[in-house]
Amino acid sequence: MSGHETFQPQNKALAWFERRLPVFGLLHSSFVAYPTPRNLNYWWTFGGILSVMLVVQLVTGIVLVMHFVPTSAGAFDSVEHIMRNVNYGWLLRYIHANGASMFFLAVYIHIFRGLYYGSYKDPREVLWILGVILFLLMMATAFMGYVLPWGQMSFWAATVITNLFSAIPLVGDAIVTWLWGGYSVDEPTLKRFFSLHYLLPFVIFGVVLLHVWALHVVGQNNPDGIDVKSNKDTVPFTPHATVKDSFGLICFFILFAWFVFYIPNYLGHPDNYIPANPLQTPPHIVPEWYFLPFYAILRAIPSKLGGVVAMFASIAVLVFVPWLDTSKVRSARYRPLYRQFFWILLIVCIGLGYLGAKPPEGGYVIAARLLTAYYFIHFLVILPLLGYIETPKPLPASISESVLKKHAGAPAAAGAVRSPERNG
Amino acid sequence: MATATAGTTRRDFLYIATAAVGAVGTAAAVWPLIHQMNPDASVLALASTEVDLTPIAEGQIVTVKWRGKPVFISHRTKKEIEEARATPLAQLPDPQPDQERVKEGHDQWLVVVGVCTHLGCVPLGHQGDYDGWFCPCHGSHYDTSGRIRQGPAPANLEVPTYEFVSDTSIRIG
Ligand code: HEM
Ligand code: FES
Repeated sequence: MSGHETFQPQNKALAWFERRLPVFGLLHSSFVAYPTPRNLNYWWTFGGILSVMLVVQLVTGIVLVMHFVPTSAGAFDSVEHIMRNVNYGWLLRYIHANGASMFFLAVYIHIFRGLYYGSYKDPREVLWILGVILFLLMMATAFMGYVLPWGQMSFWAATVITNLFSAIPLVGDAIVTWLWGGYSVDEPTLKRFFSLHYLLPFVIFGVVLLHVWALHVVGQNNPDGIDVKSNKDTVPFTPHATVKDSFGLICFFILFAWFVFYIPNYLGHPDNYIPANPLQTPPHIVPEWYFLPFYAILRAIPSKLGGVVAMFASIAVLVFVPWLDTSKVRSARYRPLYRQFFWILLIVCIGLGYLGAKPPEGGYVIAARLLTAYYFIHFLVILPLLGYIETPKPLPASISESVLKKHAGAPAAAGAVRSPERNG
Repeated sequence: MATATAGTTRRDFLYIATAAVGAVGTAAAVWPLIHQMNPDASVLALASTEVDLTPIAEGQIVTVKWRGKPVFISHRTKKEIEEARATPLAQLPDPQPDQERVKEGHDQWLVVVGVCTHLGCVPLGHQGDYDGWFCPCHGSHYDTSGRIRQGPAPANLEVPTYEFVSDTSIRIG
């Protein structure tokens, strides 16, 4: 995308290299000169936060592997060995384990940001679908990672989740045996999960590159949800987005550090400090917090196959959101009705998360059924209808107009900070 | 036009033949990569276990390990057997008479795989509303014949292949 300055290396060696492989020019046009809408708010910093979290997981994961033993007899002890004997092992493991939670916190914020501002709409459908694929890959990675310490929760999470496939008619049992490499979750299962847990983050890395590529082809959405019309509507990525993203990242890391250093086991389950026992299921098994809403949907349906189908459908439906939403207006700022339904959906999802942690009995089951039904109604009924019944508010003529109007009357200094393209 | 068609036909044949050979070759190359994940020879070798029944008292359930899974061996009391047999089949989600789930002449011995048919947790013995098993994961109740009575599980606890080697010992698998 053109707009601001282009990359002209002064250094002779650099220029020589650039003529043969223009990689610096690519980096420069993607992360320095790249024009970003000037009205972006802090919800737009989560993409950068997610990229950094991926690197954090990769780095801590690769060093954990140097001490981890992927056998059913050795895994649990090797994790304890990491915690007690390896220099800073406790820190690395707590960063990796809590890092997974922070990763999901960031991705949920990122997804709901997209839903609020209509970032999935034309022309960003492919970008959005790549995001759904990333979400699925993250879920698979985190699930297989959670199995590695081979505690009670690891073992029984692996058992229950792999058994989901036994709901498939006819071939279900054969698939489950194939996944396990035996007749129950055991050593072969641990080893293949370890192999894939190492692989998938690199697959994620590759899909992230496609995601960012797709983003840079169509350009970023923005809180007003209107297209960039001129240079006045954008500012160069560096320093504006770089600094804003860094500030967001630091705030996020403060929260992350608080978990790692003060409450490292708060999000985990104490039963996972008991070694796996294939002959005894813990009395109350729950998945990690980031899977709870989906777990609630699974249990809400009183049929095995039905529950599994509903759970996968709850993610699959996201793929179709660009076409289910019939409104031409992107941002919820200008969609008075959609905005209310958005908040209801958020509360419903949090409610499902709460119910996923409760035992499946009595009122909890009824509530989970109602919320599950609402979740699907939101996407399959409300979204398509709203486009026809809602009267959107008038859109601003351009991004710069809306920014200037909002800040009209503000001291001149603020205006100076906000119009950097002049010294571009 | 006619000659052109003839030429295309021969070429088409070559394309299709090449693609077919390529597809078969790819499938043949992929199959070992998939099949290596199935149970290996050492897992299959462990497939049978012998159990001595003499130490199991009446009313007791013991758990043994077979193919990495728990197997429940329940030495049932008279009352438990009667309860199982008195239940009308119409009340069962997965109807099967108790007689079919035990070996003739050994009605007191119930042998079932201790894996909930819902999502694979291990049910707890002597619990639940039907005096059999209760699965803590999502609340399935099984009766004294290991049959599903209530909850999300679709089927009865599986009866493994086993035989009485003598009156007091069985071989599972
Ligand atoms: C997408 C990025 C990743 C996510 C979401 C993730 C998630 C997880 C989770 C939830 C655990 C369980 C932590 C516990 O309870 O102890 C775990 C463990 C583990 N992960 Fe990852 N991981 C990621 C990347 C990686 C990478 C790239 C590697 C290595 C190359 C790796 C290696 C390990 C190892 C060895 C363990 C077992 C040690 C332990 O339990 O701390 N992970 N991972
Ligand atoms: S696994 Fe037993 S009820 Fe779900």
